[in-house]
Amino acid sequence: MELERHEYDVVVVGAGGAGLRAAIEAHESGARVAVVCKSLLGKAHTVMAEGGIAAAMANLYPEDNWRVHFRDTMRGGTMLNPWRMAQLHAQEAPDRVRELEDWGALFDRTADGLISQRDFGGHRFARLAHVGDRTGLELIRTLQQRTVALGIDVYMECTVTRLLTDDAGITGAFGYWRESGRFIAWEAPSVVLATGGIGKSYKVTSNSWEYTGDGHSLALQAGATLVNMEFVQFHPTGMVWPPSVRGILVTESVRGDGGILKNSAGNRFMFDYIPDFFRKETAESEAEADRWYDDKKNNRRPPELLPRDEVARAINSEVKAGRGTPHGGVFLDIASRRSPEYIRKRLPSMYHQFKELAEVDITSEPMEVGPTCHYVMGGVEVDPDNAAARVPGLFAAGEVAGGMHGSNRLGGNSLSDLLVFGRRAGLAAAEHALKRMGRVELADDALADAGRAALAPFEREGGENPYTVQHDLQQTMHDLVGIIRTAPEMEQALARIAALKERVANLSVEGHRQYNPGWHLALDLPHMLIVSECIARAALERQESRGGHTRDDFPASDAEWAKTNLICTPTGDGGVAVRHQPLPQMPPELAEIFEETA
Amino acid sequence: MTATAPRGTGAVSPGHGNGMPAPRRATIAERTLRTDRWWLQPLVTVVVLVLFIAYSTFRAFQNAHYFAEPYISPFYSPCLTTACEGDTFPELFTGPSWISPAIYILVVPLGFRLTCYYYRKAYYRSFWLSPPACAVGEPHRRYTGETRLPLLGQNVHRYAFYAGLVFNVILSYDAVLSFRDETGAWGHMGLGTLVLLANAALLWLYSLSCHSCRHIVGGRLNSFSRHPLRYKFWMVVSRLNANHMKFAWISLFGVAFADFYVLLLATGTINDLRFF
Amino acid sequence: MTYDATFRVWRGDASGGELQPFTVAVNEGEVVLDVIHRLQATQAGDLAVRWNCKAGKCGSCSAEINGRPRLMCLTRMSTFGEGETVTVTPLRTFPVIRDLVTDVSYNYEKAAQIPAFTPRPREKDGSHRMQQVDVERPQEFRKCIECFLCQDTCHVIRDHEENKAAFAGPRFLIRLAELDMHPLDVVDRRNAAQEEFGLGYCNITKCCSEVCPEGIHLTDNGIIPLKERVVDRKYDPLTWLGSKIGRRRSD
Repeated sequence: MELERHEYDVVVVGAGGAGLRAAIEAHESGARVAVVCKSLLGKAHTVMAEGGIAAAMANLYPEDNWRVHFRDTMRGGTMLNPWRMAQLHAQEAPDRVRELEDWGALFDRTADGLISQRDFGGHRFARLAHVGDRTGLELIRTLQQRTVALGIDVYMECTVTRLLTDDAGITGAFGYWRESGRFIAWEAPSVVLATGGIGKSYKVTSNSWEYTGDGHSLALQAGATLVNMEFVQFHPTGMVWPPSVRGILVTESVRGDGGILKNSAGNRFMFDYIPDFFRKETAESEAEADRWYDDKKNNRRPPELLPRDEVARAINSEVKAGRGTPHGGVFLDIASRRSPEYIRKRLPSMYHQFKELAEVDITSEPMEVGPTCHYVMGGVEVDPDNAAARVPGLFAAGEVAGGMHGSNRLGGNSLSDLLVFGRRAGLAAAEHALKRMGRVELADDALADAGRAALAPFEREGGENPYTVQHDLQQTMHDLVGIIRTAPEMEQALARIAALKERVANLSVEGHRQYNPGWHLALDLPHMLIVSECIARAALERQESRGGHTRDDFPASDAEWAKTNLICTPTGDGGVAVRHQPLPQMPPELAEIFEETA
Repeated sequence: MTATAPRGTGAVSPGHGNGMPAPRRATIAERTLRTDRWWLQPLVTVVVLVLFIAYSTFRAFQNAHYFAEPYISPFYSPCLTTACEGDTFPELFTGPSWISPAIYILVVPLGFRLTCYYYRKAYYRSFWLSPPACAVGEPHRRYTGETRLPLLGQNVHRYAFYAGLVFNVILSYDAVLSFRDETGAWGHMGLGTLVLLANAALLWLYSLSCHSCRHIVGGRLNSFSRHPLRYKFWMVVSRLNANHMKFAWISLFGVAFADFYVLLLATGTINDLRFF
Repeated sequence: MTYDATFRVWRGDASGGELQPFTVAVNEGEVVLDVIHRLQATQAGDLAVRWNCKAGKCGSCSAEINGRPRLMCLTRMSTFGEGETVTVTPLRTFPVIRDLVTDVSYNYEKAAQIPAFTPRPREKDGSHRMQQVDVERPQEFRKCIECFLCQDTCHVIRDHEENKAAFAGPRFLIRLAELDMHPLDVVDRRNAAQEEFGLGYCNITKCCSEVCPEGIHLTDNGIIPLKERVVDRKYDPLTWLGSKIGRRRSD
């Protein structure tokens, strides 16, 4: 077998915010670092982030500090977050934002010349450092340019298909160049997973093709565990039409700036979906809701601004009840409520997005929107302080790491998560590599096996087309493990996933190894399947509704479940087992925070 | 198995593994696959510019019919020699009678327009076909752009701009003088006055919207906040600059028209429409 | 609203290739990238195409559509007549890898050569203070999604492969402009812009500005101001004289 080999201290898989931040830190800690990414450098899904980076810098509100941010994050995640992660995140985020400026980032400014911060759902104070509505692009470009300036090696358009291990932990990784299909292996005592999420297992998603859950799956195969996999965030407003852009995000700011949701009968239906828990802080009448935009003191919030999961569920119910739009969404109307000038000024990128992609002028007609799979709260179970997974030498940061956001993530916390835990993972990975004495060895039989597995789809003839299998999986997850879940549907999903696994084992692809997207998809599908199985199994197990997990058959939250995380572990036959794990106990000095500001 | 490749080079590997031959471009024979009428714009530019050049050359060498009291053609102002018609400018020297007084001065506005960032685009595309239109192959075997003489000289644009400003002042002065009647008494206004005023105004708009002007008034600064006044200037010029192309064409027509109007008056073809 | 469209897609690799005709269904509201994906899923499983976000934010799916450099995800099928043949080819300026995928490593090599951002020290309280008016100019260039359509359309390298060594292309000229206008940066890159990155090759014919999907005014706001700054430094006798007699700081 022809194989290109390299030797590093740290291999970072993924070149989004977390991966690049990890690589920078590992490099600065003296390690030899390689970054491996499936796309070109700078194209990672981080570019899609719009809102900003949550950090209690107190540039606008001096009363903001890490304790308030910590509290907001924990409450947003319904206290299911490991407290230590949330604490580190809140404490370190401001420094992580500031250092971006040393690397060339240009955030919007306050009148004093400091980094400006914006309001967002769930954050008590205006806290999101931002650049217009393209903060993710600024973040990725800044880190990309820093990575290049430091001279870190980047393997672009290169996919990792296996992590290699020995008795003492990680020894390296195996993959292929997308361009040539040739194999490549890295010897490295530390691997940082920063591969992002799993959204491509769903039919309607705001995620890109890269989000096939590679990191989740690689970690499981290497013997690590996944946590909180049942929690998948559906953003209430994604585009639904035209089909080509179905799932693309419509920012929360549309509703914040006056947009309302209507069904096909023209009713402002959100008033019918106010849960008791939020009734006290939500407007009772349209008149009161409309007054809120100008007078927030004497009026309560419009129900359109309820938490993401509530709004997503309400839209889902309207569509299911047959009151949806022709394309299966609901109307998001700002045109009839605000002047065209106002809309163009406040929502330039939304105006542009609908104009370019849907030929809809949002200043004169309503948008059609529906829920879209946005983010997975679950991921690799890691040590909060050093991002280490349960396999020595394996680290995870960013969306692929689990826990940090509990059952539901607040907007703006993902970018800060990337930076804080990306850095910690890079630091710990470098330390681990420098501590591990001698050279790690890659076993020849493991390499040969990885190569055989990667080429298997070419060996088979007359098998199924990978695109069909992917389509069926997305349909299954969309229909049966979507926003609203029931036990029979999830059992059906698991049966279908088992059948899909067999189909994947018999796929065949046409053509040759050189830049062959059919082959690439065939190799991604096993990852997508195992991640889907984790989600379905954990979701079936958790018999309550909480955050990003809603059970029609268990609609209430349960105090016992509030103390439990679900952990997915690999079984010998390539399947997944789920076990319960009690939450870590929060120390009293942190528990106090929830009393003092409640 | 191949040997370990060098590390720490900062190589951002494009993804073709090792051992591959240097890749080449896609083999597409067509010079362009554009299906629109991409040749129209350069064609129009050539036609219009050639017409202007032909007209202005003829007029510059004509050495006649450029003054019709109280109006002087912009092609001949400032008129510097003793042979000049009219008396709008001090007569500085006596040149050979066969040299038209326009020749001494036209080099300045010509230089300004020739080095103008907009006109450069227009003539590089339409005359030099470099490129004729976007994504349409250019016919030249080599291309060095503005890296060497003579095109390196385009960098003198800002001096042409300064010189152009002097001319703007003079042509504005001419417009002011056109408020006098044939006897030199103030309080006259005819259609010619409006023509000269409009011409001067358009030239100011064209000059002030120039990219060099934008740089000089404030663009060269990195801190606008410490120079609020220059920032204001820069904002104004930036707004004008967005219309630089428009001003470039309109002012070109304006100059030609002003000259043509004076020609018509000077040859007695028409009479000036007099308001008061 | 579904109809059958005629497509011609360039297929091949460095050793050669040709425009292959396809007849493919097109639905209402689709973009060219959707049609390419349909070809992949139904007629040509190994058709190589690079894409990511499919929302005009990442700049991956650059190609030439009817001869014009475009993002496939932002080119709506409704802009073509139903009877019109749509021709899709890879970017011409870069070496082809396979089908619609090109080797854009030229751009990454140029990016690596640019002298890195170097900030002045932080203020005493650990922050950097900048005013909004001062960050807005460089911010325009940081909107760049690196789709490299400007590099593709630029005739300096599109029509003259040999210029690639001496010319960094519009994307990196505006990167230099961005750094030169950055309120915190302390490095003078004007000489390098002219000598090493080939600013003089640009004849400001503005094709880069025409193709930019982000609407960045590369020429008017980036390259021309950079040329003017280079004139300040290299071709302005007054500045030169001023710096010799020491009255003007050599900024």
